[in-house]
Amino acid sequence: MSDSHPNLNVNQAQASVVNDFSMIVATVNGSGSQTANLALMRSFFRMGIPTSGKNLFPSNIQGLPTWFIIRTNPNGFTARREKHNILIAMNQETVQSDLDALEPGAVIYYADHLTVDLREDVTSYPIPVRDLLRTVKPPREYRDYISNMAYVGVVAAMLGIPRQELQEALETHFQGRMKPVEMNMGMIDAAMDWAVQNLQKKDPFAVSVMDHDEGRIMIDGNTAAALGSIFGGITFSGWYPITPASSLAEQLQYYLAEMRIDPDTGKRTYAVVQAEDELAAVGMAIGAGWAGARSMTSTSGPGICLMSELVGLAYAAEIPVVIWDVQRMGPSTGLPTRTSQGDILFIRYLGHGDTNQVMLLPGSVKECFEFGWRAFDVAELLQTPVFVLSDLDLGMNVWVTEDFEYPDEPIQRGKVLSAEDLERLGSFGRYRDVDGDAIPYRTLPGTDNPMAGYFTRGTGHDEDAIYSEDPDEWELNMERLTRKYERARELVPAPILEVEGNGADIGIISYGSTDVAIQEAVALLQEQGLEVDYLRLRAIPFSTDVTDFVELHARCYVVEMNTDGQMRQLLQLETPACASRLRSLCKNDGLPLAATWIAERLLAVEGRG
Amino acid sequence: MMMERTAAKQDQRTNVNTIGLSKADYRGRPSTLCQGCGHNSIANQIINACYEASVSPEHLIKLSGIGCSSKSPAYFMSRSHGFNSLHGRMPPIATGALMANRELKAIGVSGDGDTASIGIGHFIHMLRRNVPMVYIIENNGVYGLTKGQFSATADKGQVLKTGINPFMPVDLCLEALAANCGFIARSFAGDPKQVKELIKAALSYRGTAVLDIISPCVTFNNRDESTKSYTWGKQHEDPLHDVTWVPVRDEISLDYEPGEVKDVEMHDGSRLRLKKLDQDYDPTSRSEAMRMLDKAYQEHILVTGLIYFNKAQPSLQETEQMIDEPLIALGADVARPNHAQFDDLLASFR
Repeated sequence: MSDSHPNLNVNQAQASVVNDFSMIVATVNGSGSQTANLALMRSFFRMGIPTSGKNLFPSNIQGLPTWFIIRTNPNGFTARREKHNILIAMNQETVQSDLDALEPGAVIYYADHLTVDLREDVTSYPIPVRDLLRTVKPPREYRDYISNMAYVGVVAAMLGIPRQELQEALETHFQGRMKPVEMNMGMIDAAMDWAVQNLQKKDPFAVSVMDHDEGRIMIDGNTAAALGSIFGGITFSGWYPITPASSLAEQLQYYLAEMRIDPDTGKRTYAVVQAEDELAAVGMAIGAGWAGARSMTSTSGPGICLMSELVGLAYAAEIPVVIWDVQRMGPSTGLPTRTSQGDILFIRYLGHGDTNQVMLLPGSVKECFEFGWRAFDVAELLQTPVFVLSDLDLGMNVWVTEDFEYPDEPIQRGKVLSAEDLERLGSFGRYRDVDGDAIPYRTLPGTDNPMAGYFTRGTGHDEDAIYSEDPDEWELNMERLTRKYERARELVPAPILEVEGNGADIGIISYGSTDVAIQEAVALLQEQGLEVDYLRLRAIPFSTDVTDFVELHARCYVVEMNTDGQMRQLLQLETPACASRLRSLCKNDGLPLAATWIAERLLAVEGRG
Repeated sequence: MMMERTAAKQDQRTNVNTIGLSKADYRGRPSTLCQGCGHNSIANQIINACYEASVSPEHLIKLSGIGCSSKSPAYFMSRSHGFNSLHGRMPPIATGALMANRELKAIGVSGDGDTASIGIGHFIHMLRRNVPMVYIIENNGVYGLTKGQFSATADKGQVLKTGINPFMPVDLCLEALAANCGFIARSFAGDPKQVKELIKAALSYRGTAVLDIISPCVTFNNRDESTKSYTWGKQHEDPLHDVTWVPVRDEISLDYEPGEVKDVEMHDGSRLRLKKLDQDYDPTSRSEAMRMLDKAYQEHILVTGLIYFNKAQPSLQETEQMIDEPLIALGADVARPNHAQFDDLLASFR
């Protein structure tokens, strides 16, 4: 029936704001609104409208307020906006404050059983959620879920989302299971019909088809990381549940079961073990890496704290392992469900004594996939732990991202000697710098040659891995590890000059999930007549490009989501002669960065605000 | 008894075992532990056991945590890959290694500080998962490497330089039993034959085999009244049975009289032959094992031998339904899904 709606309540001629709004859906945690919110977001994506979705949720299972923010923008800018133009209010507890925070000229859709003082400068549409439920009569156990589809239907009618897009979005969501799709569509249809008959369009917001879905997919960073790991030839993961990293391991298990079952025996060509704690999780991953697995673990800051002991061992004993840190707000338990980039300095030097860790910094969901497979290669080439630092925003939120690319390099296992190699070479010492590149050769347990065995330890050892407290042996080994870290500069992803301003003497340096906000901020600054160059870091240690960039600019603003300017500190250490050129633009309130904040802040410190 | 030794005799003549290796091929580096340390005796019995059971050194990994005990893997089987990990953390390292390559055999050597204190969580979870390895605890009731502090297995009322221990000891065999371990044995470093036979049997077991071996610390805890001393051990050892491991290749039946002998069959078909002493103890009964351990705990008796045995439990690799070949042997074509799978995957996110 609703298929014949000729789009609905929207007269496109009247709609003056097309595909450009920030919609905030306020619900109660645990009420099952995620399906509804993703249905809306996926519909925008399928209509080819640039969009993003961000879930602001409490550390709670049921009862506390939660918000889902969907932004659309015709120019492709989808960072979080500080103010919103469309509110969908389903929670009595927050409806008034959510409404009060809206921009003038905004719109509120609200469940009509809520008590709220409406604003004259905000268009309001009531939604008769309870009446619609009485009409649709969903099974009792699905009532809460289905009730959320009331706002999907009404908003679709008022914005002009075709019914077919919602139907297909739900089919994707439920992976083709038609029963839940039909149940949800029942409510959507009822709500759309009700809106068409009862509501008069009074606001300017509308959606219209674009082509921004071409060559793009919709996926969260943790799933992307899991898939990247699978295409990296993962064989082992040990993990322990923690927000916001759990879904990485869970998706790993889900997709490994899809793609890595031996067709002849039905058995697994991988092992994923849920450990008793993060010490065991990384311990298992290190044991597997030592034995020759493509091995990883995934966690967040508190887990990294527990892992630091064994990471120090893996560093000293030169064992490849990949460790994902989906960063959340610290210190301590901090804000478990809010994002941050606060683990940079901690991981850079993780371990007691002199330790230098290799860190990859994905700046998009697409790079979560790419670094997922690449991290194994880097770890095995260097024989050292490799950290990949994502964050809650990148990891748990669903993003529209360019299609992933199939790995363009074969799997690289680094310097591993076989039984035949040993036979040919006639001798073997685990930590000998045979090639002069600071990277030694290793053998795997089970290698059928009497020369293969060696004794792995975190204690002092000579080049043949034999226990040694000899001062010269110790210094020789530490010096080699320092040289090995220098080698890492060439093996990790190079930074990208994302924006080259017109003769700009101001540089922006950033990394990770802030990219989307910075891209938009650069455009805002250009509107204000301020040209900037923007360099996006993708790994630590830095390549020489980073030093060049700093030297080329009078002032470099390091934009990051922590309080202390952690990356700025590292850059200052890297470029001591230019240290005073590096300045921090830090925002660390737990929310994804907003472009307006960056632009206003930068204009202010540049004296142009 | 006589005929069981036929194979060994033959070996002595040629000085090699059935895989052509001599005892020297199982040796390690010289020990740096104290003279007379029980741990050295255990290291020697590991060498003897692996030699006699014809274990390939290249296909065995030896692992440890931190402490005097954990140094000892350096003192046996230099041809094997070894991993001296961190205090209490050997079980996860072993778990990962054995999941990566399920063809490896593993011997873990730990101590009472390593297992009963800092690593007890990992110990319990290793047992819960049934990680296939021989897990030896060289138990001396004292921290030796840090010079003489009480460990969690020290006797209540025990006197050391640091004072009197006010706490009841942790009984690691009881803990293992509670954690559903399927191979639990206790022995005494001063009884090398029993230690050796139990290690051989443990090597044939497909699951975690726990050997709690009382191993006196001659420097810090060898007072006669300590239950972890040589004198006490010699005086209070109460073997449940005389144990002999019978390899699978040894087809010849032995000359025990019926009624005196109980065989427990290992996963590879070899058997641990328990010759009855004066008691009638059934190591396949969990409740009997619990009762016996508790009685010995209360009465301060060092009961040695095979305390509990259950072959029916799946190893972690079986539970995880892993392919038979080692994961590290996977070809890149299997490890990395193909282009078609990649395209299907992308399509599912549109």
